[in-house]
Amino acid sequence: MKMLINVAESVVSDALRGMAASHPELTVDVENRVIVRKDAPVAGKVALVSGGGSGHEPLHGGFVGRGMLDAACPGEVFTSPVPDQMVRAAAAVDSGKGVLFIVKNYTGDVLNFDMAAELAEDEGVQVAKVLVNDDVAVTDSLYTAGRRGTGATLFVEKIAGAAAEEGMPLERVEAIARRVNELSRSFGVALTACSTPAKGGPTFDLPAGELELGVGIHGEPGRERRAMMTSREIADYAVHVVLEDLPPENPVLVLVNGMGATPQLELYGFAAEVHRVLGERRVAVARTLVGNYVTSLDMAGASVTLCQVDEELLRLWDAPVRTAGLRWGC
Amino acid sequence: MSSSEPAVEHVLDTPFFHRWLTAAAASVTRDAARLTELDSAIGDADHGTNMQRGFAAVAEALDKERPGSPGAALVLAGRQLISKVGGASGPLYGTLLRRAGKALGDAEEITPQQLTDALRAGVDAVAQLGGAAPGDKTMLDALLPAVDELAGGGSFTAAAEAAEQGALATTPMLARKGRASYLGERSIGHQDPGAASSALIVAALTEAVR
Repeated sequence: MKMLINVAESVVSDALRGMAASHPELTVDVENRVIVRKDAPVAGKVALVSGGGSGHEPLHGGFVGRGMLDAACPGEVFTSPVPDQMVRAAAAVDSGKGVLFIVKNYTGDVLNFDMAAELAEDEGVQVAKVLVNDDVAVTDSLYTAGRRGTGATLFVEKIAGAAAEEGMPLERVEAIARRVNELSRSFGVALTACSTPAKGGPTFDLPAGELELGVGIHGEPGRERRAMMTSREIADYAVHVVLEDLPPENPVLVLVNGMGATPQLELYGFAAEVHRVLGERRVAVARTLVGNYVTSLDMAGASVTLCQVDEELLRLWDAPVRTAGLRWGC
Repeated sequence: MSSSEPAVEHVLDTPFFHRWLTAAAASVTRDAARLTELDSAIGDADHGTNMQRGFAAVAEALDKERPGSPGAALVLAGRQLISKVGGASGPLYGTLLRRAGKALGDAEEITPQQLTDALRAGVDAVAQLGGAAPGDKTMLDALLPAVDELAGGGSFTAAAEAAEQGALATTPMLARKGRASYLGERSIGHQDPGAASSALIVAALTEAVR
């Protein structure tokens, strides 16, 4: 497997050096692996810190900036960051108004962020945590590590980030983040496996004529494997299972997310099918975002995330954001 | 099986713990590729890499900081793992050693019984942190039989054997914790990488004996 890298061991550091060179509005600590918005700590503002294994870019580092995250902590590829990173990030961004940790529901992320929260609190930082677990592909939450955090992470980070930017206090920002997660559901499919730099090849075996329905963002298996389907058939399946889990009473935000290797051309075609199904199901669409945002290295495939929004959440979604990966209104 | 063998040494000092953790680092490094291969079947193919990175930091810190008691050595090692490994393994192994180290206090020499009690405290902490039970296809399936063997008066060799058997016994199990749990039935037929690395760390005890 050919990759645009030097050596596998330095992929994360190399990418961070690239972020530092490309985005002067960020402070990138390559050695300690913390990405911070340059104007942090922002006086009077609750700070948002997230992080996770690398390989899902632009999540999370690409979402650091005005109106979204104050800091991100990238781990090794598909490996959660260590507590020291989050403690350092929290100290760098806390203005005295407290810090919200946004954590995707994976065992490693949960354990490391829990440890970091304890350590940061020992240092006098007020910390709240919100867990993102939107992946409806996981049907058995009792005998697994529970629903995984996927596309809804973008909605949580954007909307809670806007709430913090407006000056809302920590408990209010935390409540909004929690509400966004509760109102969001995702479902993803893989057309090909992803390849980690360390392995140098695919991390799981997906035969050429098949797709994985309900894949996780590290290639975790989903509900079933089937013979390859059309974009129309995939949209029918994905939107159906999402709506089955959370029939919306309000208009929805739609994220049509690429897994990394699926071209925008295909994603927009898929977005058309997603809109068609939503129309047939009489679900009103408030806003749509199409692109590669919560990726899985070079996996081909896509996910659909729906988030029900009321007026407040929609206003926060529309609020200005200025990050490397998401930018509007400023 | 251990009754005919001599029991473990009567007194375990700080150099013993230094030798144990250094031997653990060496065997994790030696078997890194195998651990990663196991993890590639039911995880994300990085367990060997992550453990190697963590234990290299442990060995380096022990050489540099020269902790003055068995407890301090384990606490230092645990902190290094938490700071260097990431994923679930970092906090879990870090907690195992840190909690065991705290249980030993600052005594300069300890008895095998005190080591067994400390390891029991560490394993209990791992179970609590990870929320796993025996049979869930995790590191506990290797660690618990080893601690039980020591508690029954078994030697380090017997404990190492119990851990290895425990690790092998995870192969037919259905994973219920961590990333492998999403595989469901597909996790059956593969040895748990965490149980495999746990068996290596227990086996390193035998190399620490003089």
